[in-house]
Amino acid sequence: MDIKATNYFDEMRIDDGKIRDIYQHYQHWQSNLSTGTLERKSAEAELLFRRLGITFAVYGESSGSERLIPFDIVPRIFSRTEWTRLELGIKQRVRALNAFLHDIYHEQEIIKAGVISKKQVLGNALYRPEMQGVDLPNQVYAQIAGIDLVRVAENDFYVLEDNLRTPSGVSYMLENRNTMMRLFPELFASHAVEPVEHYPQMLLDTLRESAPANVSNPTIVVMTPGSYNSAYFEHAFLASQMGVELVEGQDLFVHQQKVYMHTTDGPQQVHVIYRRVDDDFLDPLVFRPDSTLGVPGLLDAYCSGNVSLTNGVGTGVADDKSTYFYVPDMIKFYLGETPLLSNVPTWRLSEKDDLKYALANLPELVVKEVQGSGGYGMLVGPTSSKAEIETYKQRILKDPANFIAQPTLALSTCPTLVESGVAPRHVDLRPFVLSGKDIRLVAGGLTRVALSEGSLVVNSSQGGGTKDTWVLED
Amino acid sequence: MLSRTADNLFWMARHIERAENIARVLDVAHRTSLLPRDVEGTEANLWYAPLNITGCAASYEEKHGLARASVVTHYMALDPDNPSSIYTCLKIARENARTARSAITSEMWEIINATWLELKRLSEQMDYDYEKFPDFFDWVKDRSHLFRGVTLGTIIKDIALSFIKLGTFLERADNTARLLDVKYHILLTEKENVGSSVDYYQWGSLLKSVSAFEAYRKIYRDVISPLRVAELLILRDDMPRSLHACMDEVENALLEINGSAGKEARRSAGELHAALHFGRIEDIFEEGLHEYLTYFLGQTYSLSQNIRDAYLARQDRFETLPIGSSVQTQQQT
Repeated sequence: MDIKATNYFDEMRIDDGKIRDIYQHYQHWQSNLSTGTLERKSAEAELLFRRLGITFAVYGESSGSERLIPFDIVPRIFSRTEWTRLELGIKQRVRALNAFLHDIYHEQEIIKAGVISKKQVLGNALYRPEMQGVDLPNQVYAQIAGIDLVRVAENDFYVLEDNLRTPSGVSYMLENRNTMMRLFPELFASHAVEPVEHYPQMLLDTLRESAPANVSNPTIVVMTPGSYNSAYFEHAFLASQMGVELVEGQDLFVHQQKVYMHTTDGPQQVHVIYRRVDDDFLDPLVFRPDSTLGVPGLLDAYCSGNVSLTNGVGTGVADDKSTYFYVPDMIKFYLGETPLLSNVPTWRLSEKDDLKYALANLPELVVKEVQGSGGYGMLVGPTSSKAEIETYKQRILKDPANFIAQPTLALSTCPTLVESGVAPRHVDLRPFVLSGKDIRLVAGGLTRVALSEGSLVVNSSQGGGTKDTWVLED
Repeated sequence: MLSRTADNLFWMARHIERAENIARVLDVAHRTSLLPRDVEGTEANLWYAPLNITGCAASYEEKHGLARASVVTHYMALDPDNPSSIYTCLKIARENARTARSAITSEMWEIINATWLELKRLSEQMDYDYEKFPDFFDWVKDRSHLFRGVTLGTIIKDIALSFIKLGTFLERADNTARLLDVKYHILLTEKENVGSSVDYYQWGSLLKSVSAFEAYRKIYRDVISPLRVAELLILRDDMPRSLHACMDEVENALLEINGSAGKEARRSAGELHAALHFGRIEDIFEEGLHEYLTYFLGQTYSLSQNIRDAYLARQDRFETLPIGSSVQTQQQT
């Protein structure tokens, strides 16, 4: 099916082809470049990225293969006014999600009030009964959240999904900016782009604030599954930017409910672990017994309050795609506020009527697995063949409760350098939200772009690229 | 510092240094092979030397049989299956650096990563093309120099640097000792001949391989004699690749690292260093150069083991600490 980009909200152009105010200056600069400059700079950027080793591994391909995420050199620009509005909505959402997590692991008021069913929460595979009654510093569970947003109109943003487990991509946000500044210093001299470079400092502050209450000068580490993990570059990057150790499970051990790392000067106690290891692999004594990535006894130390894990254990129950449906209700329930960001209308295929509707309208819908992520195993109806739809339908029928369906959103487009020149491509946005004693985020985020014409899937694992994201004074 | 990080830094440095030394060894073999045939015997004889130095003669023979110039060169430079080829060393160095990425500077990582990417490209281009190798050896040396320069110019002077130095100089000492020893094998089969036979070309190329030819001229202003070459490369502490100079650095690095667990490592390094500091070349020749070098290699090996046990292994040394919250206090002292 041929989708014309003109049907979508264009971030740079108004319908009659005029340039939006916020892009005026940039467009003027770009139109004065000599032919081939963008292409040349783009090749230069690729070299830079390769040299820096900013690579990721793609699952399902030959093991150990390292690939670059394509970087697009045309920035995506927000005005300060737009950003302030977004920021409020994002913070509101994250505040409600953390309140929800605290509630379900304590009093479960939201269930008692009948807003969400007991089954939806306690029956969820990502609900961790071990966490029931465990008190966390600041009552925060998801210290680092990635909220995926898409824009469909000037003032119309939707939350596509909440990432509350181990959201990744922030290193790309930082390196994209770094690369842009290296390639186009003149652009930054003539544009007052709000900085994002202080993200690691903000992250460090957040981690400090998340330390167990009685620790005044916490030792903080970043925990990685290892150098073969797809996001290893990011783990190492963040550790070095914050000046903390990058550890693997094998570097840690638990003694009398306290966590220590093996150092050249003997064991040293660790107080905050920014872990990029999934719940399942954290502690072989409690979760997957075959895990070699975790630390035996870690959960016990965590529940005793001697070490903080960020993000907390059991956050998956809140970013699950079937729980997503309830987030607007959470905002009303916990904050007494009207949601500032919309949810995408969602059909939960566990419900009979929803299933019936979805099956009848598959060619128009996007269908996702409830606990899937990274764009794996989803169906984009409008761009799928009849046969693909039929195959997917059989998958749904096997276990309808494992799927949700949403209308195909008209993701906005942003000018992007492709083979034929600069052309509109669909984008989304992932801002990174930090929650310690306060909620913070830098002005910017990771803009992901679907590089093939008409494609709506922006995930890097599915061949998407990224862009630098600017916030400018209007 | 995390033991695993220290381990990776130590081995990163060792592998880069090793790659450089292999390039040096091969470079000299190439130069020597250009000399008139009667000076250095058969091709096979000559090309066993570099294999012997790196201890891969047996695995080479198994794979390729007789030592031939282009095959040995390729095997030692680019064969991914050879655990001590330049290719493998730089590959492992890059893996070590990647794993210790957060402990090194971006500039250091960029050099190592760019080196590896370039090496992959070069290795496809060169194949067995013998002519291209001298340039390649220069390139390997250049990259190693560059890495050392970038390291000293960008990293803060804490124990990360000490572990890098430790790896570099322990490896260098090991290599210089092997180089000297193999020359001994080629030149002299009988112990009592040591010091009596002078082969200008052989000893000259040995000096060149460790960038010591000019230094020799400057210091001795005389013909090349084995005794002086050995003195220069073993005992002189102003010669950057001599055993003495290397052990100076190793001992210093260990003192910087300190730590209660490192007592034994510091002791054996100090002992080794003192022997070089006060040693006399006549005594070494009296004992036998080969015997001396064998002893030295044994000592550096056990020093390496001591370092591993003290700092790099992840064994649980918890019992050395009092129970309770003392760790926090320790941190502040």
